[in-house]
Amino acid sequence: MAILEMHNIYKSFGSTEVLKGIDLSLNKGEVMTIIGSSGSGKTTLLRCLNFLEIPDSGKIIVGGDVLFDADDPNTQRESEIRKKRLHFGLVFQSFNLFPQYTALKNVTLAKELLMRDNPEFKKHKKAMLAQITEDGKALLKQVGLGDKLDFYPHQLSGGQQQRVAIARALALNPDILCFDEPTSALDPELTGEVLKVIRSLADKKTTMVIVTHEMAFAHDVADVIYFMDNGVIIESGPPCQVIDSPKEERTKQFLQRYRNT
Amino acid sequence: MSFSVVTFKLLDGFTISCTIFFITLVLALPLGLLVAFCSMSRFTPLRWLTKTLVWIIRGTPLMLQIIIVFYGPGLIWEGDSLPRLTAALVAFVINYAAYFSEIFRGGIESISRGQYEAGQVLGMTKSQIFFKIILLQVVKRIVPPMSNEIITLVKDTSLSNVIAVREIIMEAQAFISTYALIWPLFYSGVFYLVFCGILTLLFRYLENKLSYFKV
Ligand SMILES: Nc1ncnc2c1ncn2[C@@H]1O[C@H](COP(=O)(O)OP(=O)(O)OP(=O)(O)O)[C@@H](O)[C@H]1O
Ligand SMILES: [Mg+2]
Repeated sequence: MAILEMHNIYKSFGSTEVLKGIDLSLNKGEVMTIIGSSGSGKTTLLRCLNFLEIPDSGKIIVGGDVLFDADDPNTQRESEIRKKRLHFGLVFQSFNLFPQYTALKNVTLAKELLMRDNPEFKKHKKAMLAQITEDGKALLKQVGLGDKLDFYPHQLSGGQQQRVAIARALALNPDILCFDEPTSALDPELTGEVLKVIRSLADKKTTMVIVTHEMAFAHDVADVIYFMDNGVIIESGPPCQVIDSPKEERTKQFLQRYRNT
Repeated sequence: MSFSVVTFKLLDGFTISCTIFFITLVLALPLGLLVAFCSMSRFTPLRWLTKTLVWIIRGTPLMLQIIIVFYGPGLIWEGDSLPRLTAALVAFVINYAAYFSEIFRGGIESISRGQYEAGQVLGMTKSQIFFKIILLQVVKRIVPPMSNEIITLVKDTSLSNVIAVREIIMEAQAFISTYALIWPLFYSGVFYLVFCGILTLLFRYLENKLSYFKV
């Protein structure tokens, strides 16, 4: 069953139409990669999923619940949106770690703040905070940074920072973890360590949507791959189909250009 | 005229200078933050009104503003003028709030949108994002320009003598006119030097405290 569905998403900035009727669906435990040339709207699509942009029309459905419906203002209230965001995690191209906090605190901060809404918080404050810290340490260990808990972002390499960002996104147990070109701000020799972490998440059946320009990785990690061009989905299917034997002319051209560079 | 008599007289004046300094600081900092938010408001008329006021206040001499606050009410409405010290304080608070607001605005606007978005995506509320993520980064950014401005404020307090507030320069000048003594005026400079020196150390300490992270 599809855990995520997007129906007919449109989004314009002023007079530029960026998304022109996007439909997609993703099953639980599967990985979707989205490829496409620069300016095709991939980032905008992920931002719509995370409610950083509000689509002009269309629906977003997660686990059968309509999270967003452009025709239903009730789904668009600010306080509601904050909760709905928790279905998604987002790893940014530029990491966006909080510079004043250690790696561990970056991972635990949001959960500590959310905990305050829990009625049990006052009574079991100590134990709950200790649990969050333990979970945070475990997550950093999972991304290979068990020895960097107390490092500040500026003391970490780009690859390490991005792995902290992944742990931070995982801390809130999102249903769907999104990545926007997680390695394109990194030096080539650092991309491997980040891709390895994402790979291991895929092996653990983490549901993910990954925008990437790393074709080999997109092919390798994806259960389903979407090719986007100019605000529409041109072609989708398993990687062996979309990358190895594309049907659409535009997909062929895009992949051709990729092989040549 | 003995050294200690002069010292005590100058200390009296310096107490007034410090009063202006601290009260201005305590009131102008929060007011400046408020003005900064107004000048970044999404409500265009408020934004333009604020920017115009800030432009007028930063574009005219503080001395003129002190004179206007003190004599203005009497001239315009034939009302009672404010007590001298109060009038000076009103002018200082308004003037410095305008300067501080620009520093706050610059600091707040220099924080990348990604920091807000990272907080949003993690389900934080607007106020959590501001207080837990943005604020300290802004503080770190604005410490250097703030320390400049605050040290300028120490010396600007002397402008209040234009409406005969008995701050330290006023007291020192009294020795010239009454006793033909010039050295108390030079001596008054020492008070400023010491005070600014202490502030400089304080700000350096603060910068060091915040040097554990980079923005
Ligand atoms: N906030 C915005 N205001 C105006 N135009 C925008 C905005 N955000 C994106 N756009 C425009 O939308 C189009 C798609 O941008 P988007 O960032 O989604 O592309 P992308 O596929 O992620 O590209 P890239 O591979 O370069 O990251 C671009 O033409 C861009 O200029
Ligand atoms: Mg992009």
